[in-house]
Amino acid sequence: MPSAVDIRNVSKSFGRGAYAVEVLKSVSVEIAHKEFFTLLGPSGCGKTTLLRLIAGFEAAQKGQILIDGVEMSSLPPFQRPVNTVFQSYSLFPHLTVAQNVAFGLEGTGASRSEVKRRVGEALEMVRMGDFECRKPSELSGGQQQRVALARALAPRPKVLLLDEPLSALDLKLRKQMQIELKQLQEEAGITFVFVTHDQEEALTLSDRVAVMHQGRILQLDDPRTIYEHPSHRFVADFIGDINFLEGRVDTRGVIALKCGAVLADSRAGATHGDISVAIRPERAKRVPTGQGNVDGTLIQSVYLGTGLLHQLRLPCGSVFLLREAAAEAAPLPAHGGTVGIELPAAAISVFAS
Amino acid sequence: MISRENIRRVTLLSPSLTMLFVMIGLPLAILAWISLLQRGVTSGVDWSAPLGLDNYIRLLWEEDFDGTIFFHTRYLEVVLRSVLLAAGTTFFCIIVGVPAALWMASLPKRGRDVIVLLITIPFWTSLLVRNYAWLIILRDDGSVNWVVNALIPGDDVGLLYTNTAVFIGLVYSFLPFMILPIYAVFEKFDWSLLEAAYDLGAGRARAFRKVMLPIAMPGITAGAMLVFIPCLGAFITPALLGGGKTLMIGNLIQLQFGPSRNWPFGASISIVLLALMMLFLMGLALWKNRRSQ
Amino acid sequence: MNLRRMPFTREIGWLVLAFLYLPVFILVLYSFNGNRTATVWTEFSVKWYARTFHNPSIQVAAWNSIILAITASFGSTVLALLAAMAARHFFKGRSAVEATLNAPLILPEIVIAVATLILVVSVGVELGLMSMIPAHVAFCIPFAYLPIRARIQGMDAGMEEAAMDLYCNRFSTFRRVTLPLLWPGVLAGFTLAFVTSLDLFLVSFFLAGPGSTTLPVYIYSAIKAGISPEINAISTIMLVVSIALVMVSFAFGRMRR
Repeated sequence: MPSAVDIRNVSKSFGRGAYAVEVLKSVSVEIAHKEFFTLLGPSGCGKTTLLRLIAGFEAAQKGQILIDGVEMSSLPPFQRPVNTVFQSYSLFPHLTVAQNVAFGLEGTGASRSEVKRRVGEALEMVRMGDFECRKPSELSGGQQQRVALARALAPRPKVLLLDEPLSALDLKLRKQMQIELKQLQEEAGITFVFVTHDQEEALTLSDRVAVMHQGRILQLDDPRTIYEHPSHRFVADFIGDINFLEGRVDTRGVIALKCGAVLADSRAGATHGDISVAIRPERAKRVPTGQGNVDGTLIQSVYLGTGLLHQLRLPCGSVFLLREAAAEAAPLPAHGGTVGIELPAAAISVFAS
Repeated sequence: MISRENIRRVTLLSPSLTMLFVMIGLPLAILAWISLLQRGVTSGVDWSAPLGLDNYIRLLWEEDFDGTIFFHTRYLEVVLRSVLLAAGTTFFCIIVGVPAALWMASLPKRGRDVIVLLITIPFWTSLLVRNYAWLIILRDDGSVNWVVNALIPGDDVGLLYTNTAVFIGLVYSFLPFMILPIYAVFEKFDWSLLEAAYDLGAGRARAFRKVMLPIAMPGITAGAMLVFIPCLGAFITPALLGGGKTLMIGNLIQLQFGPSRNWPFGASISIVLLALMMLFLMGLALWKNRRSQ
Repeated sequence: MNLRRMPFTREIGWLVLAFLYLPVFILVLYSFNGNRTATVWTEFSVKWYARTFHNPSIQVAAWNSIILAITASFGSTVLALLAAMAARHFFKGRSAVEATLNAPLILPEIVIAVATLILVVSVGVELGLMSMIPAHVAFCIPFAYLPIRARIQGMDAGMEEAAMDLYCNRFSTFRRVTLPLLWPGVLAGFTLAFVTSLDLFLVSFFLAGPGSTTLPVYIYSAIKAGISPEINAISTIMLVVSIALVMVSFAFGRMRR
């Protein structure tokens, strides 16, 4: 069975001649059926362009895009079996909620009663059944968001494209919509391609995440691997808090950090020369002074509710973040006191610098 | 490169551009051509006449019965009068327009919309009818005379058919063209700038001169363009309020195409009018350029 | 104290409004004066209106004006709508195209009028409505274009993408989404073009043949023949029609996006 979306060596530039900017550099990715797939990256990384290429709003200069095994490149957007939830929702202001949702169905040749039934279904699905006769301008942001979802889902596309659909909502509503979105995807059984710059959102929702940077996919994995085993320094840095420690690794795989610690490379000499070691604040452990890999001076401790975040000054001068659960925390020294830091071998990632 | 987008654009634009070319561009080209011909015996134009600048020379020099050529100011006076009336009208409109626009911008939102509508309406009502209203008022048995006579008993004011009447009519016709662009600038004005000026110790006069006026400048130049150009080519106002004594360029052109039936000469005056207009626009652009440096 | 208010601006503002509306008001007042002279108010009367309505030459002129205004505003609105669709996004030469579209706004009306007269005569077309219609259409294009352009510039391009995403081809996207969203601008443009054509004097003055006199041309000739109360009445009617249409156009322009 072919993949839901198959992107093969797609390149795209904007502008001409000397002013051309290459926003996608030979990107290839296969998205499976019923997968919640996320394109994650900072603004300008090419994620929205890739989404618009799948939708058909832009044309690629090179490469192919197949949906369910059918080549799409020459088809206009209205002949592609995909629908989009737009960032600004793009609800038609001159039509009611029901008319908006019916818009795509009417083009499929469904009978009037069929359209009516499916509009009802789609609105029920997003719990907007009571708003059929309202105009979009009479809805709140969250309600508009639901209608946009219903409108895109109603024609039962093979793939649903979502362009930062939650970015206009406030934090609380966003959290709630994230949960609903995930449920909706499982209920509808449709492939979702989701674009976001919010790493937390990407990790919570997705089956797989593609982290993009400067027109390339740097890493394509499930959220846990992305978080715990970033393949690039950029990925490690972009997702969550992380400490970088500079140092050198020799041919035997022994790492000497600038701050004084000596570690064993978990990948045993895959690289040698200048490297950086990365570790998440919650994976480092606070131990009594002198018992860890390195000692640090306490600059500040912040209570986060779920835990404590310590800022420590390392001997080389750089600042190290360490997080621990509040309940388990041993008594702290006074500010300016020293604590030991343990860097477990399983928790570190090593990148060539 | 001929892309689909370009084909679509050309297809959509060609009807309107063709219409404008045929009904405006082509006629202007023929007008320029005719200005180099001579009047015909039976019709307005002798199409077979040799090309020459005679019509333009006629504007300033005349041939006497005995063949001597002498300089005359008959048409120069008309041009000069038109330019002065247009300049005077523009200047007066600026003096009145800036405070009026300022007042409009300082109004609360709801009242402001009504006033903007009231200033806009004259723009869309017949110029002919509005000038006719002044004809009634300025007549010797009209309201102005009646009011003036009630205050100072004596002779009739005799305003109608004078330069003053034309001036009043022109201001009346084109004042909204000055107020609206200046208002458009003030509407977007960040009033905290004015407060900052007061805060820094500027009085009202200085705040106005140093802050408001420079910011209003783009509106004033736009307004000056919108007032000066139609004033220069005005026809209805001088025709109704100026009578025979106060001829402007527009009336001169109409005369050549109407009663005098000298189309080539009329065409040459039209070209002179367009040239004056261009000169004004270029001067304005140059001045704006100099200011912005 | 309102710090925003500069001294004397309010007084000048009200004077401007009085200056703009008093003459028109006096004209309207005189149109209801029973007396033939302008100075002496005798009694309220609508007899000049009655006479106006029964004057056959005014009837003909009114018909010509209406026919001309309808055809000219329809023609210019269609052309302007197409042009606005094309000039929506930036392209090389857009400012030149827009300057051309707006040329009738900046060129002196007298020059356009005589130039069109020359064209019509040199091509050999008879003077009259048939030559006046295209001249009016061309002249009205910018008046229809500007409100449509304002609307189209404020339109979210995402709307059309959304329609295409929901299986509308280019044509049905235009019919079902673009046109309904532009409609207030189109109506505003249509009414403004209508008013412009209705009040257009010089072009009609030069191009009118026998029997194709319009209302402004009739009024001008009547004024030149001597002031009469009928002119006040017909002028008042023209004012009222124009003002009513402009209000309608304003209402369209303010319709929700």
